Amino acid sequence: MKATISTMGDYRTTQTLETFSFLPPLTQQEIYDQISYMLSQGLTPAIEHEHPAQSTNHYWTMWKLPFFGEKELGNVVAELDACHRAYPDHHVRLLGYDNYTQSQGVCFVVYRGKTW
Amino acid sequence: MAKTYDAGVKEYRDLYWTPDYVPLDTDLLACFKVTPQDGVPKDEAAAAVAAESSTGTWSTVWSELLTDMEFYKGRAYRIEDVPGDKESFYAFIAYPLDLFEEGSIVNVLTSLVGNVFGFKAVKHLRLEDIRFPIAFVKTCMGPPSGIQVERDKLNKYGRPLLGATIKPKLGLSAKNYGRAVYECLRGGLDLTKDDENVNSQPFMRWQNRFEFVAMAVEKAKAETGEVKGHYLNVTANTPEDMYERAEFAKELGQPVIMHDFLTGGFTANGGLAKWCRKNGILLHIHRAMHAVIDRHPKHGIHFRVLAKCLRLSGGDHLHTGTVVGKLEGDRASTLGYVDLLRESFVPEDRRRGIFFDQDWGSMPGVFAVASGGIHVWHMPALVNIFGDDSILQFGGGTQGHPWGNAAGAAANRVALEACVKARNEGRELEREARDILEGAARNSPELAIAMETWKEIKFEFETVDKLDVA
Repeated sequence: MKATISTMGDYRTTQTLETFSFLPPLTQQEIYDQISYMLSQGLTPAIEHEHPAQSTNHYWTMWKLPFFGEKELGNVVAELDACHRAYPDHHVRLLGYDNYTQSQGVCFVVYRGKTW
Repeated sequence: MAKTYDAGVKEYRDLYWTPDYVPLDTDLLACFKVTPQDGVPKDEAAAAVAAESSTGTWSTVWSELLTDMEFYKGRAYRIEDVPGDKESFYAFIAYPLDLFEEGSIVNVLTSLVGNVFGFKAVKHLRLEDIRFPIAFVKTCMGPPSGIQVERDKLNKYGRPLLGATIKPKLGLSAKNYGRAVYECLRGGLDLTKDDENVNSQPFMRWQNRFEFVAMAVEKAKAETGEVKGHYLNVTANTPEDMYERAEFAKELGQPVIMHDFLTGGFTANGGLAKWCRKNGILLHIHRAMHAVIDRHPKHGIHFRVLAKCLRLSGGDHLHTGTVVGKLEGDRASTLGYVDLLRESFVPEDRRRGIFFDQDWGSMPGVFAVASGGIHVWHMPALVNIFGDDSILQFGGGTQGHPWGNAAGAAANRVALEACVKARNEGRELEREARDILEGAARNSPELAIAMETWKEIKFEFETVDKLDVA
């Protein structure tokens, strides 16, 4: 496919936030689907938040503790919302701890900070 | 009980064919596909392979009586037909653990695929699989970091990593090469790679390449806020040169270097892996020369053996083929050795070419790298086949984008994330491929153009090395 100089697009570099950050912001239903997936995989949900200026750090601030044994989608959603209300300027991400691999099976930003 | 010395040539099967032997948990087991010369009986050929790859030689020697050959000898303990092949058969051989130096893949291979492959009584010989006993596995260092540590270092979770080999693979100056790296990384790739042929040629010496690439990586990191890396190829003609290059990569603060484990050799690989463990640097492994060794169905070494050896010798990534791209690779067989790279226990499964249970104990896993002739249309199949613990590398499929590398990278990243999201939603990636990609392209002009560009490209040839199935 030939692109001439006038039809060629310019790709603008953007700050991104790892997994799913190249997609349009997830809808509420899409977020629920991802949470359901995480729970079905037996991962432990956990929430972290951070000010965008600090968001390249590996460690974000934990919201409470990981929700060990949590199986209810509604409870995870409620905590995400509570964290977002408490820190509206912060990015809020949801992760799923896998205690077998000692890694995270899932991690994506659910709310982007207001100023970002 | 003392024996007497009886000089002369004996049949191998008298000593080395032991069908009643029950292998020990500590034995190293091997399965060879043997094609004997006409007139050589199967048990004699199997026994000959056992003897020639362990303690035996063609004639009895008196000094055998100074040791306990029953303790040290390899034994052919089972013979099986190869489905659909009258000429060849599988020979299973057990080797006592003490035949091998602790932690030395070099030593294992020197015995198992040494002189025996030129042995006249067999027409062809192929090493299909090795069961490394856990007692041996625990003496090997293995991957310098492994999958989980690498994910933590790169801060990438819940998806395959995305990469590209910089093209054209030869002939770019260091500064232009760094430009190509920067464009790929700013567009959304996680990692870029030196081509295996890039060492330190006159058009681009390694110091210059490393310096410009480091600038590219650091700038892309700062601008995107994501962790980025480039596999700096340190493969060289001497170990001294290799370490010098590795040290410089470290000095530049780069996270990952690369080595070609077959052309470089297992000694170089083991040494470099150790260096990487000590210095906290990731090690990408390329496999140039593998097809020379593993492609012929009756002779050589199957890639699953080379993959196991690499995991033991040390590497954090290994190229495995793509199943769907331009290079050879049977799907079931590829999935078999992908498991051997990543899992902690892999059960025998002949449908995937796995001849033995393999227990890896606590040894870290190796990322499977799919690279070669793949583009966005392959993404759903690749995510389905390789799963999250893989690195999908689109060289031409990134840099061949009509708008350039950054747009090509973004197209692949959007496609990747759309596929992972769809999989997590319970959608069937391969069946719904078109729908998923077209949906994602509605929000990404870069992806739409990539899909238009590569819509016609297929690589459909018969696999040469097929699994032996009835």
